[in-house]
Amino acid sequence: MATETMTEKALEAAPPPSRSRRAALAWPIARRALTGVVTLWCISVIVFVATQAMPGDVAHIILGPGASSEQVAQLNQNLGLDQPLLSQYLDWLGNVLTGNMGDSIVSGQPVSELLSERIFNSATLTVIAMVFIIPLSLVIGLLAAVFRDKLLDRAYLGTSLIVTATPDFVIGSLVIALFGTVVFKVLPPVSLIPPGDAPWEHPRQLVMPLAVMVLVGVTYLSRLVRVSFIDVLESEYVQLAIIKGLSMRRILFLHALPNALAPSIPAASIMAAYTIAGSVVIEYLFAYPGIGSALVDAVAGHDLPMVQAIIMLMAAAFFCFNQLADLLGTLNKSR
Amino acid sequence: MIRTRPREQGVQAPPRNLTRRILTSPRTRLGLIMLLVMILFSVLGPFFAPHSPTAVLAKPYADPGDGLLLGADSLGRDILSRILSGGANLTWMAIAATFGGVALGTAIGLIAAYAGGIVDTLLMRVVDVMLTFPTIIMAILFISMVGPSRLILVVLVAIGLTPGMARVMRGAARPVIRREHVMWARTIGLSSSRILMREVLPSVTSPLLVETGLRLMWSVVGLASLSFLGFGVQPPASDWGLMVSENKDGLAIQPLAVFIPAVCVALFTIGGNLFAEGAARVIGRTEGARS
Repeated sequence: MATETMTEKALEAAPPPSRSRRAALAWPIARRALTGVVTLWCISVIVFVATQAMPGDVAHIILGPGASSEQVAQLNQNLGLDQPLLSQYLDWLGNVLTGNMGDSIVSGQPVSELLSERIFNSATLTVIAMVFIIPLSLVIGLLAAVFRDKLLDRAYLGTSLIVTATPDFVIGSLVIALFGTVVFKVLPPVSLIPPGDAPWEHPRQLVMPLAVMVLVGVTYLSRLVRVSFIDVLESEYVQLAIIKGLSMRRILFLHALPNALAPSIPAASIMAAYTIAGSVVIEYLFAYPGIGSALVDAVAGHDLPMVQAIIMLMAAAFFCFNQLADLLGTLNKSR
Repeated sequence: MIRTRPREQGVQAPPRNLTRRILTSPRTRLGLIMLLVMILFSVLGPFFAPHSPTAVLAKPYADPGDGLLLGADSLGRDILSRILSGGANLTWMAIAATFGGVALGTAIGLIAAYAGGIVDTLLMRVVDVMLTFPTIIMAILFISMVGPSRLILVVLVAIGLTPGMARVMRGAARPVIRREHVMWARTIGLSSSRILMREVLPSVTSPLLVETGLRLMWSVVGLASLSFLGFGVQPPASDWGLMVSENKDGLAIQPLAVFIPAVCVALFTIGGNLFAEGAARVIGRTEGARS
């Protein structure tokens, strides 16, 4: 879905033919910035409507069914829920824009303080995963394309079909069973990072969540690399290079690689976006203290300000990576 | 060599033998069989469960024996019975969500393609906004407020599937709208709904079929993942995704309580993917579009 969406969007949003290259670049960027602001605003409305403006009493959801009416009134006042909806929304939006996400209902600490370490942990995990995913995908995609329809390629396609279809939590559970508990007991089955420590101070804890993220990511990205390599290898200039008798290595690395790389870059960005959504499952499975597991905890504890903040953050990050992918795709096309 | 690929205007085989054509691929057949087996297993399983899936019958993580063929789970319930009755909810919810999402997405896509102009632009903008919200995050957001009712889960997953479906179907329908038989139907003044149902829809059955297989896979993945996170089917009811998270702490003692439900989910989704990819390949080969 992601790729075809991307290319389709890129085609639609192709800039009008312009003489200078700078104009060709400025138009898509300006257009995207504008739709970006509108979309982020839409997201804020969705998050607000789904949480604070929900029919039914938010205070009751937070406090549980056994709450007394004074408690409910008190909480309503604290959260500003007795104000008219529009002013509630404007207050909330103003706070979000100034980075003040309120206090956690469960712990009473500011949300921004609670989340900063979680965000850092999640970002670390994602960045390390991407460092492995991108080169591995390139190599695997290239090999599969070169040995197209041979045994290697078929084995690769079969494996990727299975991995793509298998939910992350299933892959994760099997990996834990294999390396953490049942077969080999070589790695810790949960990734508890003590608060205050940087994740890389505990490399053994990171291996399994990273392995799952890399496996899923490589499967997705390498398939796109494979297809773009096959396209390039079928193109006229590579055919010409083959006829000219250039060495295969020279053709692959000098001629095919740069051209096959271009469509893979936006795909990598899309993958980063999907990693954000996928992180919820993987972090929860390994009890990794990131933003995804924070969301699960916040929902379980009815911690409204935390839920709002995390979902806004995730949606915004997801959106930004998608837009980046889109933009990179358009730039490729216009080149 | 450069392979020339006939584009969309090319011959499109009549949809009547589409099913037969798709079933020539062993991959599609295998996928379909896996799907049917898993659906049958989920539907008939509860009737073969030797015990109640919610009754506590032994010590937590008890070994097989005492009439418990696979042993007991984290709370001492019969693993076999829980596995047999753990797919029913997932199956009906996934199928309902898939059909809801596919129907709504197809309707939006076809209407956008047919109407064009401002309607098209507006619908696609809405679809764009919806696409910026990952399904699982949206589902968690609403479930956190409304509570995990099964119907709401189905609706949320269906809504999550809709925008992608609308995009694909709009793309597939646009060239069809410009074909002669549709223009003829427009000229003689047939109603729009009739044209869409009788003239446009039959010409886009190939992508519809492939996309339905894919969405079924995503529905199962999404619903099972939500159950795993604790936002889906609620305990004490039995559900494969839930079983994995309930028993993951006892993985070292009772691995089967995690393994079997995990593999059940995987067989279901792999079946959906095999079907979709096999169908896409056959269609790509016979209709000349790139798969």
